[in-house]
Amino acid sequence: MATRKAAISLQPVSGSVVLLIGTRKGAFFLRGDRARRTWKLSHPLFLGQIVHHLVLDPRDRRTMLMAARTGHLGPTVFRSTDLGKTWNEAKTPPAFPKAPEGQKGLVVDHVFWLTPGHASEPNAWYAGASPQGLFRSDDGGVTWEPLSGLNDDPQYRAWMGSEQDGTPDGPKLHSIIVDPRDPAHLYLAMSGGGVHESVDGGKTWTTLVQGMEVVDGFDPANVAVHDPHCVRLCPSNPDRLYQQNHCGIYRLDRPSNQWVRIGKSMPKRIGDIGFPMVLHPRDPDTAWVFPMDGTGVWPRVSPGGKPAVYKTRNAGKTWARLNKDFPKSQAWWTVKRQAMTADAHEPVGLYFGTTSGEVWASRTGGASWTRLASHLPEIYSVEAAELSS
Amino acid sequence: MTVFIPTPLRSYTGQKGQVDAPGATLGEVLSALDRRYPGLRFRIITEQDTIREHIRIFVNEEQAWDLSVALRPDDQIHIICALSGG
Repeated sequence: MATRKAAISLQPVSGSVVLLIGTRKGAFFLRGDRARRTWKLSHPLFLGQIVHHLVLDPRDRRTMLMAARTGHLGPTVFRSTDLGKTWNEAKTPPAFPKAPEGQKGLVVDHVFWLTPGHASEPNAWYAGASPQGLFRSDDGGVTWEPLSGLNDDPQYRAWMGSEQDGTPDGPKLHSIIVDPRDPAHLYLAMSGGGVHESVDGGKTWTTLVQGMEVVDGFDPANVAVHDPHCVRLCPSNPDRLYQQNHCGIYRLDRPSNQWVRIGKSMPKRIGDIGFPMVLHPRDPDTAWVFPMDGTGVWPRVSPGGKPAVYKTRNAGKTWARLNKDFPKSQAWWTVKRQAMTADAHEPVGLYFGTTSGEVWASRTGGASWTRLASHLPEIYSVEAAELSS
Repeated sequence: MTVFIPTPLRSYTGQKGQVDAPGATLGEVLSALDRRYPGLRFRIITEQDTIREHIRIFVNEEQAWDLSVALRPDDQIHIICALSGG
């Protein structure tokens, strides 16, 4: 891959922030004031729907897409063009092609991830699904088409595995990233199935797993056993990516193809397992993670029942524990991969939602925290939407 | 053809629990329903034209296993959200 010139200058914003919260039982808005001091929780939207992701389009700051299903009803995408006041359903939700007669075709179980397209493609969106599949819309989410270059590639389908080769509720295609300098330059991650890159808008893909470790006893050369949990691209340096993986925390500086395990500098008693990965909007050396217990049977809770965020300010050389205001014991929750995010204010605001239905926020880059909401359903995703600059 | 709509799908039918739709097969009836209530079919039928895992469809009192089931004009169709896990 040729290095693209990094010429990204991002200024802090000062407008109000709305948290878009997807839960196992519907969606919620948490509306903050400009100072991010007072917050108001909405009534539930689509109560009872399983909402994996709810995203505001940063290109128009009015369109929202929501990936939803219920326990019984199949997957769909709801869309709003008035900041969530009214909603319509996609006319053609993400779906795999109908298989030829006599062959077994794939069925989308749920849409897991939504990514707005490049700024130069105002109606483009990408969606990742379970079973793993990549979909694109060119009309703002009204109709969706499968991207055959990935979905129908025999090698990729083998790496994606069967319905048993992923997380307990199905393997997921996630972390769809569009290079802000080039609409054709994409990354995505598959749990399981590794990290991959396209430079032709998703027609063809190459694998980016060098340096990533795998579970003991497996061969890292086997792409299928790689399990990236969350990959993020630095807004201020799009040649740098960070990754929270099933087997550690990593950084990749392009054009290198070699991930570096920066989680080795985490405290040994905490480890470097987790789901979310959050990056500073302007400082490519600053990132946050939320470690979880990945020992034994993988309890997937805060290590020791003591939740903490860890922050690096030097691209992973060292990490600082941030747990002021969190429960100091007996807090057996964690944070899923879409459920932690940052705003673009100065200082940066951090937000996460827990598996126990709490929303926490920090206006100080993680130095102090406030619980904004409790008793929500299990939180699957939190996005910080900037309504104005 | 009378089709009984379960509560999770009534957001599509204007809260109607009972609607009429024409068709000589179950597939035709569901396609007619979808033309009238866009989006309803995909919530209960997959892209492979199979009935979703936790949906049951009964014609009169007999469970339909696929969309090819032939129908008579006076048949009653019940769409049910299966009792699968509470």
